Amino acid sequence: MSLTNTSSAFTRRKFLKASTAGGAALVIGFYLPSLANAQQQQEEPHPNPFNAWVRIDRNGQVTLTLARSEMGQGVTASLPMILAEELDVDWAAVHVEQAATKPDLYGDQGTGGSYSVHGSWTPLRQAGAAARQMLVAAAAESWHVNVDTCTTKEGSVWHGPRQRELKYGELVERASKMSVPDFKKVTLKNPDNFTIVGKSLPRADIPSKVDGSAIFGIDVRVPGMLYAVVARCPTFGGKAAKFDAAKAKAIPGVRHVVEIEAVGPGAHTAGGIAVVAETTAIALQGREALEITWDRGPNANESSDSLRQQFQSLVEKPGKVIASAGDFDAVFAGSSSKMDATYELPFLAHATMEPMNCTVDVRPDRAEVWAPTQGPDWIHDVVTQIAGVPPDKVVVHTILMGGAFGRRYQADYAVEAAQVSKAVGKPIQLVWTREDDMQHDFYRPATCQRVQAALDAQGRIAAWRHLITSTSIRAFWDPSDRAKPEGQELGESAQLPYATPNFRLEYSPAASGVPRAWWRSVEDSMNGFVLESFVDELAASAKADPLAFRLSHLDPPRRVADYHSPNATPLDTQRLKAVAQLAAAKSGWGKPMPAGCGRGIACYFSFDSYVAQVAEVTVGKDGKVKVDRVVCAVDCGRAVNPDGVAAQMEGAIVYALSAALMGEITIAGGAVKQGNWDDYPVLRMRDMPVVEVHIVPSSEPPSGCGEPAVPPLAPAVANAIFAATGKRIRRLPIRPADLRST
Amino acid sequence: MAPISFQVNGKPQSVEVSPETPLLWVLRDNLNLTGTKFGCGIAECGACTVHLDGKPTRSCVTPVSNAAGKNVTTIEGLSPGRTHPLQIAWIAEQVPQCGYCQSGQIMAAAALLARKPNPTDADIDAAMNGNICRCGTYQRIRRAIHRAAAQMPKPSPAAADSMPRNGARKSAGGAR
Repeated sequence: MSLTNTSSAFTRRKFLKASTAGGAALVIGFYLPSLANAQQQQEEPHPNPFNAWVRIDRNGQVTLTLARSEMGQGVTASLPMILAEELDVDWAAVHVEQAATKPDLYGDQGTGGSYSVHGSWTPLRQAGAAARQMLVAAAAESWHVNVDTCTTKEGSVWHGPRQRELKYGELVERASKMSVPDFKKVTLKNPDNFTIVGKSLPRADIPSKVDGSAIFGIDVRVPGMLYAVVARCPTFGGKAAKFDAAKAKAIPGVRHVVEIEAVGPGAHTAGGIAVVAETTAIALQGREALEITWDRGPNANESSDSLRQQFQSLVEKPGKVIASAGDFDAVFAGSSSKMDATYELPFLAHATMEPMNCTVDVRPDRAEVWAPTQGPDWIHDVVTQIAGVPPDKVVVHTILMGGAFGRRYQADYAVEAAQVSKAVGKPIQLVWTREDDMQHDFYRPATCQRVQAALDAQGRIAAWRHLITSTSIRAFWDPSDRAKPEGQELGESAQLPYATPNFRLEYSPAASGVPRAWWRSVEDSMNGFVLESFVDELAASAKADPLAFRLSHLDPPRRVADYHSPNATPLDTQRLKAVAQLAAAKSGWGKPMPAGCGRGIACYFSFDSYVAQVAEVTVGKDGKVKVDRVVCAVDCGRAVNPDGVAAQMEGAIVYALSAALMGEITIAGGAVKQGNWDDYPVLRMRDMPVVEVHIVPSSEPPSGCGEPAVPPLAPAVANAIFAATGKRIRRLPIRPADLRST
Repeated sequence: MAPISFQVNGKPQSVEVSPETPLLWVLRDNLNLTGTKFGCGIAECGACTVHLDGKPTRSCVTPVSNAAGKNVTTIEGLSPGRTHPLQIAWIAEQVPQCGYCQSGQIMAAAALLARKPNPTDADIDAAMNGNICRCGTYQRIRRAIHRAAAQMPKPSPAAADSMPRNGARKSAGGAR
């Protein structure tokens, strides 16, 4: 079976309305664009496109209703700060309320693309300023004074000359009868007068995360609920040929064993045999007792070796030309100083701490879902289709996520849970084990990329050709002929910041049955490694300092458009230069290092932010790499909550370092070989480098923070290894065997 | 099935489950103490860390029968009103991101401080290496442990008087 994905079909445009709520509250709806529809620039009308509200009650309580999910990135702190700044209220008094999932009301409720603060900045400021303007007008009216003589402070309007005060709560009834001003015309606060934005303020969700009281998806408890686990075919695309549940059913506490079918495009579930029991432990015991014969399906012969052969063949052939300038072939052929390097990166699992889970109660006439999700509207959509009830009879509660990193954009786990609940007629919590999670992920694509370049007599890049081949995300989600497989595979490759007169970018898709999707920083996690490793190789070839080589190629100052996505924000080479210089300066770039140690740099533009990192490594005689220190400089526009920015940089560095040093999903017999932390190791306390984060002061609007510190990390480390050992890393993860001293 | 009895956070509990059931699932599904998390099921990640008679224990691989007659302390019982110095330090250093691993991190750190009131970085590496955090909060965890150690009540009659009297504290902090 397959599902119709209607969520992407939603169209909407900005639309304003004040609701009086009987005079009991001032409610202002406004629209937060998601990354997807900001890029689509759709202009079709939408029935009621609010996805966030500001509500002020008569008692002065300010509530921000938020259609974004908290996954540890701190939106429950940063977004109220922006609102409080413009509204002139105490930021701590802004109550954040998770919005119900109502696609017809809110539209796209997805949280991703490092877009929560980035996309909310202007709408939230406008909403706060509009509400403030209405409250001032209401106060002026009741005092019979000119609005210009009124000021606002800490939740009150003040009349300057006579120091009269009306609290916002007292003004709500009068203000709610006024029309909402045009958001485009409201006066926003002069950033010089900001008192909240730019301060490091504590997150409201943290106290509940130190005493066990925070409720994550797996902690949801519903009266009468049962627990379910599913046995899935290990091979992608395989299914159960036959099964015998007698032994499982004989276990006390096992209540049901049901088969659920695979759901294709729209969800991509594997299907399988669900065991439903009174506790998770009994369900797991029941699953162990199932006797299943698998039909391993069409992908049973795929392996990491077969994919590697495919890659190596593809990089020898021309790819589809994505962008071209000048004449690469002629200049490269005529050059005496050439470089040709091929880089390989593996599939990666997201491996969130909280394995996938979902609690669903499907009834004949309605359904209720408790989902730890980045995409509640998508889950609403798929559960509606599984349950077979009208959309307005489906309620999706967005629950805290124990990590997401892109994995929880998917709806597969909710589809499975809905299928099981529907089959047994009871609320169930579906729990994935670590092995289920590791072996049925949507993986970061595997890729193999070849870069060739020629240097001129002055050591500048005279010609550059980049051929990317990968197991494309888009080809997996939309295998139709119209799909452009390169759609989510190019990143900065199509926006090369380093000046060169002759340039060609090519792409070739590789065939694979392995599911793949968006992993923290998506294609930039791959291309950052390739571009910044190769530039470092060119610098060495030109006998130039790696920092100086980069800086000289970032001049002259210019804005580089994205060849592939012309509407994307242009890359400002001077902002990239500034972060590279800052990271270098703070790291002590150029100071001698002891033998066996090295320093490497990388800088990268993604999610409209600029990040540079300098890594310091020690390479042992056994080839073991210890990353001692990472100095990170970020320009993410105005930092709303600087400590939150630092936390995101630290987190991305650790996530990327785990991948660079250890991360690899390998395929054998069409299935994932790894299952748990013992064979998919990640960074631990002992390996943690000292991480320093330096934020470039900026008055630009805020841009992405959750992802852009991932891409430069692996190349900074690899370049540091070169500095320490003279050996280049062209294949991730870094293999100590390749670095052993002989 | 014969009932298995033990103390959880100072309260007597009795469950009728098969004796090999992991303590983790008994806490979460039978006793509804969901602060202790499932992360791997093979004692690799530490998300399920509780104290068994004061010792840090991976509840995902501990048969509930091993807890019979013993005191189990979970994150919910570490302190009344999140007053343990580690909990205060965790908030001060803004440690958690997603927060899922933090119950286990705090329980592991509490056992460390009970044993070594002034841990070195090497002590922290050794005690905390079994606890994975995918959000990458290790640096802040280290800072928070040092901060808590500096503020930990030292074992003295006056300090002991100010300690909560439930069984939890005994295994959790500086009282012994």
